[in-house]
Amino acid sequence: MSIFIDRETRLVVQGITGRDGSFHAKQMMAYGTKVVAGVTPGKGGQQFEGAVPVFNTVADAVRSTEANTSVIYVPAAVAASAIFEAADAGIALIVCITEGIPVLDMTKVLPYVRERGARLVGPNCPGLISPGKSKVGIIPGNICQPGKIGIVSRSGTLTYEIIHQLSTHGMGQSTCVGIGGDPIIGTNFIHCLAAFEADPDTEAIVMVGEIGGTDEQEAAQFVSEEVKKPVVGFIAGQTAPPGRRMGHAGAIISGSSGTAAEKMAAFEKAGISVMKRPADVVPLLEARL
Amino acid sequence: MNLHEYQARDILRRHGIPVPSGEVATTPKEARAIAEQLNGKVVVKAQVHAGGRGKAGGVKLAANAAEAEAHARAILGMKIKGLTVQKVLIAPAAEIASESYVGVIVDRASQRPVLMVSPAGGIDIEEVAAKTPEKIQRLAVDPRYGLLPHQALGLGFFLHKDVKQARAAADIMQKLYAAMYDVGASLAEINPLVTTPDGTVQALDAKISIDDNELDRRPDIAALRDLSAEAPEEVAAREAGLTFIKLDGFVGCCVNGAGLAMATMDLVKYYGGEPANFLDIGGSSNPQKVVAALRIITGDPNVRSILFNIFGGITRGDDVANGIVQATREFPLKVPIVIRLTGTNEREGIEILKQAGFSALNDMDEAVKKAVELA
Repeated sequence: MSIFIDRETRLVVQGITGRDGSFHAKQMMAYGTKVVAGVTPGKGGQQFEGAVPVFNTVADAVRSTEANTSVIYVPAAVAASAIFEAADAGIALIVCITEGIPVLDMTKVLPYVRERGARLVGPNCPGLISPGKSKVGIIPGNICQPGKIGIVSRSGTLTYEIIHQLSTHGMGQSTCVGIGGDPIIGTNFIHCLAAFEADPDTEAIVMVGEIGGTDEQEAAQFVSEEVKKPVVGFIAGQTAPPGRRMGHAGAIISGSSGTAAEKMAAFEKAGISVMKRPADVVPLLEARL
Repeated sequence: MNLHEYQARDILRRHGIPVPSGEVATTPKEARAIAEQLNGKVVVKAQVHAGGRGKAGGVKLAANAAEAEAHARAILGMKIKGLTVQKVLIAPAAEIASESYVGVIVDRASQRPVLMVSPAGGIDIEEVAAKTPEKIQRLAVDPRYGLLPHQALGLGFFLHKDVKQARAAADIMQKLYAAMYDVGASLAEINPLVTTPDGTVQALDAKISIDDNELDRRPDIAALRDLSAEAPEEVAAREAGLTFIKLDGFVGCCVNGAGLAMATMDLVKYYGGEPANFLDIGGSSNPQKVVAALRIITGDPNVRSILFNIFGGITRGDDVANGIVQATREFPLKVPIVIRLTGTNEREGIEILKQAGFSALNDMDEAVKKAVELA
């Protein structure tokens, strides 16, 4: 098994004719993801790559193709609107890759999505991959291997580094979830930890956090109370100065809160094995499995 | 993006919040003229993006216009937390009967805007939260309905017993909340909110931080950016589409992705070095971005070695390699460079580097170790 996405995933790509959307739609199709529809207003009726019907609205796409998952590649200015639209169309899992959505927009998007029973992953995230089954987003498929390790991360390329370490040492992955680097996101560490804990095919979990906020501390508390599987964790930004936004909108130490030291201490206390560097992931997992 | 106090005061005033008059001066003479107009005691306040201005000597009371000019002369040009003061605000010295705090932030945990109020005004709210948390009341607002009148009034009574003052404070809270959405702020605070001896409630000092993601759709707010208050290399980086933050170390870092960039800095430290900077070249890299990145890194005289850590996803190895080769043709490097290149188009990238006489490593730890050794 895997979490959130698998062979049953029927994907609609919002922004499929755009530069990023078309590139990654092809990559996902090549990986074997069931891309059943694309949406670009005004291009309804066209075929993408001669194989995927394009619709004007997500509602049309869902009616015709029974899409259950959407991935969003539209520009930041219209990305919040794209999430509203997907939720309204009854999409169960909405993955928003777009970076740059104003945080005040997200305060309105999230209640709307939740009231409709949908799950949002992101925004500002690389998406998900269940190796060998389905890929939704931009995580390079060639670095992944099917296996038993679940990964949840706030980062993009740092996640690739961790996946690369695991795959080159023969440790495959059940699902890798990039939850995004923004201060307000739809799916957090705890949602993923709970799903991995319940997934019979995940044997151990890797958490990749970073400075800013208290999500990792709350996740650590959750691990100590609810998670029986081994968990290994990393926090990026041990050398980051306070008060500066380190690339990700959410990666900022406010006052004295949200430091790497504080998060690593919370991990230790919860029995999470703490990596000092990405290369520690393999030996720490080996020690726990 | 942080706004200066005078800019934040303008925004509050535009939203109907009572703010005492006051104007900005860039020279002591201007300061004197403003003080003369205000006719009486004034306060001269340094306009820099730093807390603790008062303690640093950047806020001074003046009894008359001549004194205001003298204070302005002392404050203009002084450094507060490394930032040079280029402007001072001259405002009438208010008579204060009581001070409180009113702020609204986007709270990550509740994922909502949260109103925070405290009768302990005039000091850093973090300090109040740490020492006397009972003096703070918080209210998570449902953004679909906004701050409701009875909610604001409830908070108003936490600050004032007098119903007129409680109502005045509540009105200010609702206007502050509206201003936050209107300008795209991630934080808007009034500290202190004061009552004068005659019972008037007004905002004496204000701080507003704008969510950078709002700037594209709010050109009027983006125009408030004060480039002179930022490090020139950070301005250059932003113009080139890079995220750059200068640090105090000596290993210059160039990485794709913010998380990997932080992890790279941490690994430099792990192997005994100190990172000179945070630099994220972003996702869809083109060679020009890499040239700009190298120009900024080599402009730092403290840099003793340069480290590239590229894990190609959207970023292509050949783009990065072409950028490095092009940059070194434009300006020869005076310090050693270590390149780690893996992922998308890795083979093409390594070939381009080889032909130009560079070598590339595949392993992150190996590359970082080498960059630290060479520094």
